[in-house]
Amino acid sequence: MDVDNMYEGFSFENCLRNTRLAEKGLKAKPYNKTGTTIVGLMFKDGVVLGADTRATGGSTVLSKDCEKLHYLAPNMYCAGAGTAADMVMVGNMIAGQLNLHSLNTDRPPRVVTALTMLSHYLYKYQGYIGCHLIVGGWDITGPQLYSIDSLGHYNDDVYATMGSGMMAAKTVFDARFKLDMEMDDAIKLTADAVAAGILNDMGSGGTVNLCVITKDKTEYLDHYRTICSKGPRQGDYTVKPGTTSLISSDVIQVVSEAMET
Amino acid sequence: PVLVIISQEVSIAMFALDLGSSTNAAAAMKKAACGVTDARQHTLQPTLTGTSTLGCVFDGGVVISADKLGSYGSLAKTRNITRLFKLNDCTVVAASGDLADMQCIQRALEEMIINDTCVGDGHVRKPAAVHGWLTRVLYNCRSKFKPFWNTFVVAGLQDGKAFLSYIDKLGMSFSAPSVSSGFGAYLAQPLMREAMDGAAATGRQLTRTEAVALMAQCQRVLYYRDARSFDKYDIAVITSAGVEIETVDVDSNWEVADYVKGYI
Repeated sequence: MDVDNMYEGFSFENCLRNTRLAEKGLKAKPYNKTGTTIVGLMFKDGVVLGADTRATGGSTVLSKDCEKLHYLAPNMYCAGAGTAADMVMVGNMIAGQLNLHSLNTDRPPRVVTALTMLSHYLYKYQGYIGCHLIVGGWDITGPQLYSIDSLGHYNDDVYATMGSGMMAAKTVFDARFKLDMEMDDAIKLTADAVAAGILNDMGSGGTVNLCVITKDKTEYLDHYRTICSKGPRQGDYTVKPGTTSLISSDVIQVVSEAMET
Repeated sequence: PVLVIISQEVSIAMFALDLGSSTNAAAAMKKAACGVTDARQHTLQPTLTGTSTLGCVFDGGVVISADKLGSYGSLAKTRNITRLFKLNDCTVVAASGDLADMQCIQRALEEMIINDTCVGDGHVRKPAAVHGWLTRVLYNCRSKFKPFWNTFVVAGLQDGKAFLSYIDKLGMSFSAPSVSSGFGAYLAQPLMREAMDGAAATGRQLTRTEAVALMAQCQRVLYYRDARSFDKYDIAVITSAGVEIETVDVDSNWEVADYVKGYI
């Protein structure tokens, strides 16, 4: 095995070529950002993660109900903004690694473990893996909440927002966040923050999905709040039998000759 | 006659100091080296700027606010700029963007008001008229590539009804129950809309106290999150009783800081 020439994953061979082309005037493809509002909030007993459900490709809504809260471990979820494919694959990979690590150490995984794995992985790919994450969970050290961007930078916070709707959601938190909130207040505030993103940002839409992680259990609140529903269809366009009157009928038997090869 | 005065003032503004980014400086030097210095390039970049202005309508009037900072790029140069100006008892105008352009427009508007007073026929220039004039002036100047690099918010009472509008440097304008320019559009507008929608859901408008509290909350959030903002702002409340303008300090809460280690 020629280890030196083995390439796995991303190859940066064409970067030099790309810079030369850019110098000659070739404009690179614009970064395809999928709009999102994802939020995380730490309250007295745990962490609430929230996300909208819109996936966009350019200015088209590709999915009205996509899942942005990814499972990492029984006590840990991550909300992801950025390229949808990268989010899912990275989420699955880290979940697998965490599971193996947990089996190896015979302990439930810690949030900082996931954070370190993600940070190292994303830094290695220098931002080309478009994942902007909010990782939250409850481990032996208590409730944990971190935000991490696609370049590998992370920081801890009592509330975090990411995605194109992050500013709208951040203002709701800035205005109404209190330390050590009760679970019901925390859930409502998180839903309000995602709602602000959905209503004021064009890249976010759909419903609000929440995940509440406490010491005892992890609860996934699917479609916790619908912001605007389409409403029932007003017109009835089904064609009732008998609309077209039958004048006469004639049955012709068609015999098809099978071709033999 | 007013438009003639404006064009003279704009030509003075054209020779304002050009700071620009390094690429602009390099381009300017290139042009100078070729013997061509186009002064019109100066009007295409703001120098001393003001950040967001916010406005919202309540039951009985309008409230608008703007902070007191003039930023010179990332330098907080002047911390007592008044970006709100009262025209008469029913109109207040606030501006964000280049402050030199704002002062030019302000002088023109105030001259108009003085002329109104001199005519003395009891008519005052109402907010819709000011809005219309501003829109036309801004659109015309941008069409000549000499834009006023500002976003204006016109607030007041038009025939007893609350009037609030937004005009940007391209001459695009609209009326809305809540408006905000600059960063306020991302940071304050969601909060204003949430409060106004909440009140509308119960079939009422915001009260004056609620609207002023909403402004305070929005200015606080802007102070937290806008890197070119300041913790002191002017707030103007326009009701049928007239215009009240005062300067308020933002009360900010930093207790969260103890719980955040930041980059570990």
